[in-house]
Amino acid sequence: MQKLDIKMNINGADVEVNVDSRTLLIHILREELNITGPHIGCDTTHCGACTVDLDGKSVKACTIFAGQANGTTIKTIEGMANADGTLHALQAAFKDNHGLQCGFCTPGMIVRAYRLLKENPNPTETEIRYGISGNLCRCTGYQNIVKSIQVAATELSQQEAAE
Amino acid sequence: MIPGSFEYHRPPTISDAVGLLVSFGDDALILAGGHSLIPMMKLRMAVPEYLIDLQDISSLKSISVEGDQITLGAMVTQAELIASSALSEKCPILQTTSLQIADPQIRNVGTIGGNVANGDPGNDMPAVMQLLDATYTLVGPNGERDVKARDFYETAYFTERADDEILTAIKFTAPAAGHGSAYEKQKRKIGDYATAAAGVVLTMADGICTSASIGLTNVADTPLWAEASAAALVGTSVDEPAIKAAMDAAKAIADPAQDSRGPREFRIHVTGIMVQRAIQQAVKNAQ
Repeated sequence: MQKLDIKMNINGADVEVNVDSRTLLIHILREELNITGPHIGCDTTHCGACTVDLDGKSVKACTIFAGQANGTTIKTIEGMANADGTLHALQAAFKDNHGLQCGFCTPGMIVRAYRLLKENPNPTETEIRYGISGNLCRCTGYQNIVKSIQVAATELSQQEAAE
Repeated sequence: MIPGSFEYHRPPTISDAVGLLVSFGDDALILAGGHSLIPMMKLRMAVPEYLIDLQDISSLKSISVEGDQITLGAMVTQAELIASSALSEKCPILQTTSLQIADPQIRNVGTIGGNVANGDPGNDMPAVMQLLDATYTLVGPNGERDVKARDFYETAYFTERADDEILTAIKFTAPAAGHGSAYEKQKRKIGDYATAAAGVVLTMADGICTSASIGLTNVADTPLWAEASAAALVGTSVDEPAIKAAMDAAKAIADPAQDSRGPREFRIHVTGIMVQRAIQQAVKNAQ
């Protein structure tokens, strides 16, 4: 069984792991590094609960092999809060607007929304719904998730304007 | 779900990748974006002993638009294809189709080369490449050869590509300026394969259709170039009888199996509807 040395930068920290070549990124995160924010929902590339930000793109960590992730920069929900420890605007908006019920999809949903708002800071409701179409939620019916992202988009653009 | 064990390779050049393919034989598989292959490996439907990841081969990642000649590197992702303004200007059906494939995360990783090369009849790009009369470049131990998309697909998952060849690029001539195009896909939900889908490119002059090409997705073991369906439009004003004739010609070659998307008769019916909608949309887009 081939072992690979994998180096990554995760949430600002350089990490190195030695894993079987068949190990999936989600298992490196959860089992080797104890970064358990990204969840395993369907394990079939559908649900998006394992979504992480990899080199500035949203990807599903259940469908990336260790070797493919070597040398990448990754952000997970654990790296989302502001440097001073306060919640990121998306985290605050999900909290304030009932953007979650059971919370299982939330880490993937917020990490995906983070990249969506980087790419499109003022999305329409339709753009938000298509933008999160790779993330399934079985509780909310999406209404409050969409609303949370809208609130965060407004908040982030106000922050931007103030700077 | 844990895939079987394999040895991972990330060669820096095409010739290195071909060298590995030759030395490992049919125990090796090529890894592009991996969003078809990795799920298959998790289900142990694919159990390669060697995986050859193409991600370091930068020559496979370029989009080239020179005049009306378009070349897409095999490792161009669906997201990169959607983001290319040169492509959306010259050949918007690529973007229209790509946006109907899977979801944003998958389009960030899934590649155009993987989509056309793996031979899954559910994939959307093969029918589009057939209707554009695209050519695939295959590189193997004996050098490079070109195969027409219309000749590439043998049956589900079996193609003209030999085990020791890599599909490196897709080349085609952009449709004439002012053409109209559309890709209409009936699916049960985001991310699903088509119940039936149809792509249309056509040109209109003074209200008369002067050329047309139509491709069909997921209604047979291979993508279908619907030659007779398109021919039914040429020389007409694309009025109701012409569209009906095109629908009937497409339905006549559709040969879908019954699956969870519906019985055979339903999927043939939907094939006709997709052809109808794609023609109507393409006429609207034509100048």
